[in-house]
Amino acid sequence: MNGASNMISEDSDRALVERIQRGDKSACAECIERHSPGVYRVALRLTGNEAEAEDVVQETFLSAFKAIDKFEGRSGLATWLYRIAHNAALMRLRRVKPDQVSVDDEAVFGEGLTVPTQMHDWCCLPERDFESSETRAELERAIQDLPEKLRAVFVLRELEGLSTEETAEALDISIDAVKVRLHRARLQLRERLSAYFTELAEA
Amino acid sequence: MATAQCQHLLENMSVYLNGEASTELCAEIERHLSGCTDCHVVVDTLRKTIALYHELPQPELLPEARLRLYKSLDLSEFLNVK
Repeated sequence: MNGASNMISEDSDRALVERIQRGDKSACAECIERHSPGVYRVALRLTGNEAEAEDVVQETFLSAFKAIDKFEGRSGLATWLYRIAHNAALMRLRRVKPDQVSVDDEAVFGEGLTVPTQMHDWCCLPERDFESSETRAELERAIQDLPEKLRAVFVLRELEGLSTEETAEALDISIDAVKVRLHRARLQLRERLSAYFTELAEA
Repeated sequence: MATAQCQHLLENMSVYLNGEASTELCAEIERHLSGCTDCHVVVDTLRKTIALYHELPQPELLPEARLRLYKSLDLSEFLNVK
């Protein structure tokens, strides 16, 4: 996103928030039109389930409109909504997959640096292999198999294109943690996709 | 991926691919890459991995789900307003 359009959307978001704070329901609808696509994508990639993602989107906007007076505009509206969506998704993940999010052990959960073992160069596979629905499904599955902390950073920073600072703000972690987790996520995904594409190349 | 240099490159690979590496670091990395096949493959496939994710089609909220969202927030009257 370029700086100018970012500024315009921040300006109009501020006006939108003021209208929501005044109780203008049409502003709530505008907020949903503008931000629900992003919130849905994040919710879906975090939970890996369409029905859960839909619930997370509902919860996010419900919580956001209730707490709109607490929105101070230090972060952008989108970043604030992503923060709420991430918390809502985490609550659900804790219920469904408690083993994935409750323990904070890097060694157990593979959040450390992946030392590459896959050394096959698969970059020159035919383009149709990269664009197939099987490959796209594998790409999505690989996101789901990342440890939760790496997944959250990868989804916001890489897939949604938030800045490092915005990602840190949305996840309530340091800028260094965003950089380290993004790098670890990328390496894990490369390893996983290398195995997949190597098999495809040999098939 | 055997030497200390490979390890050093591995740690800085995202910085390098993001275009955030200093001129010195870039030069050091490129020197190493020209002589290390393994690291070359890892950098190329990591770059391709990132590119594939950037090209991945974006999932969209289904129209029925949008309908339910508006209803749940008591905003159905605005459903047809864009």
